[in-house]
Amino acid sequence: MVQFTDVFKSYENGTKALRGISFTINDGEFVFLVGPSGSGKTTVIKLLTGEIAPTDGTVMVNDYNLSTMKFSKMPYMRRTLGVVFQDYRLIEDKTVYENVAFAMRVIGASGKEIRRRVPYVLELVGLDTRTRRRPQELSGGEQQRVAIARALVNNPKLIIADEPTGNLDPARSLEIMMLLQKINELGTTVLVVTHEKELVESFSKRVIAIDAGKIISDGMDGYYSYER
Amino acid sequence: MRGNRFGYYIREGVSSIFNHGFMSFASVCIIVACLLIMGSFTLLAINVDNIIDTMESQNELMAFVDDSLTEEQGRALEPVIEALPNVDRAVFITREKAWEDFVETYENPRFFEGLNSDVTRDRYVVYLDDISKMQETYDALSTQVEGIAWVRAHLEISQGFVRIRNVVTLVSMGLVAVLFVISLFIMSNTIKLTTVERRDEIAIMKMVGATSTFIRWPFVVQGLILGLIGALVSFTLEWGLYQLLAQQLVSGAGISFLSVIPFYKVSIPILIAFGVVGLGVGVIGSSLAIKNYLKV
Repeated sequence: MVQFTDVFKSYENGTKALRGISFTINDGEFVFLVGPSGSGKTTVIKLLTGEIAPTDGTVMVNDYNLSTMKFSKMPYMRRTLGVVFQDYRLIEDKTVYENVAFAMRVIGASGKEIRRRVPYVLELVGLDTRTRRRPQELSGGEQQRVAIARALVNNPKLIIADEPTGNLDPARSLEIMMLLQKINELGTTVLVVTHEKELVESFSKRVIAIDAGKIISDGMDGYYSYER
Repeated sequence: MRGNRFGYYIREGVSSIFNHGFMSFASVCIIVACLLIMGSFTLLAINVDNIIDTMESQNELMAFVDDSLTEEQGRALEPVIEALPNVDRAVFITREKAWEDFVETYENPRFFEGLNSDVTRDRYVVYLDDISKMQETYDALSTQVEGIAWVRAHLEISQGFVRIRNVVTLVSMGLVAVLFVISLFIMSNTIKLTTVERRDEIAIMKMVGATSTFIRWPFVVQGLILGLIGALVSFTLEWGLYQLLAQQLVSGAGISFLSVIPFYKVSIPILIAFGVVGLGVGVIGSSLAIKNYLKV
């Protein structure tokens, strides 16, 4: 579960990125976070992943209170998250299998666990035939699938996808969104940050719209609530 | 799981050394150069200390007994002199023995015909614990011991020894400190280059929840191995160079009076010191290099 309570965030240069936002995302939800450039979306993601701390207010992620949590606990909080980026952020000299296994290895998973879990996740994202390929040998859509598999492999409670379709054509974008929906149906909470109006409209999901650091709408009305 | 992780740290550390072969070679060379200079000055300081110790044991005060005292009264001063601070021992020499020794130093005894031991005095040869406190002992002997007429001391020689030792010690310590910092800086920068290349990987590791310790250890292992290789190579080179120089010094014309400490006598402390400095430079350097990446 994610809970923002009256969260403010100001940067050292004086920019007020968030001006008292509050929202809750319950376990199992699929939520779009939309808003124009500079609206505060990236700040929300950075707060969720613990990259920055709020200036004021409370940020709760999967039972961790990020406002008061010790830095040493951060890795354990992050293990409850899976993050997918627009630019995939794969390790170029590792194969598809190794990229996904790497995420397990660095949190101390055993070889046996890795050999059991990685093929399952790669099959789930439809890459079970491409395990030995390196990222540069794959299409954009496939690379994003690897990134999703990596985000999913440690069985997180929440997947945060930051503009996951930003580098993809409409058909591949839809495929990725379908995949995220499938993951959500399997029980994982999904938060997708996107600009793509048509994509948001294609799914009847909750949409949180922010602008100038404030929530301007939150509901099932779709992307138009942000435009009004 | 723990063994699995340990294996991972070693594998990653070793592979990083080979993946950045030139930088690894450069940092080992720098460690070797710094350790060689540090080691050479330390050995120089040890040898100077040893030479000064030897000279110290030969450097003494001469305390002349007042003419008005009989030989027995003069001998009775021994415990008083030995009770003074910094006095190791005092050896009584009768005027007759002193005269004999004096005459023997000259090839032609005819120079001293018509003279006898009456021209000399009973005396004490006073050996010191610490040559640097010769002045204080000189003053104490002159003023606190009734029956001592006067004291002869080569104060300028003792001060010279002390000055040489102090200079060599200070220069050695200063050089060791400066070279340690230089080695640390270079090692840190070498590993920093590795971390720059791997910053995306480190960011992914942080993102998926790797602990700082887990991220840091492969780099520490890398620094540790480089430091250890540097220490072993420099120890071997130091050994060879020392043997060569010692041989030259001992057999060289004009300086054959110098005694050089054999390397085997100092090899264990030197090996330990090189190991500690090499490992220290490796571990601290790598920890400094990775520090900034672990803050997020």
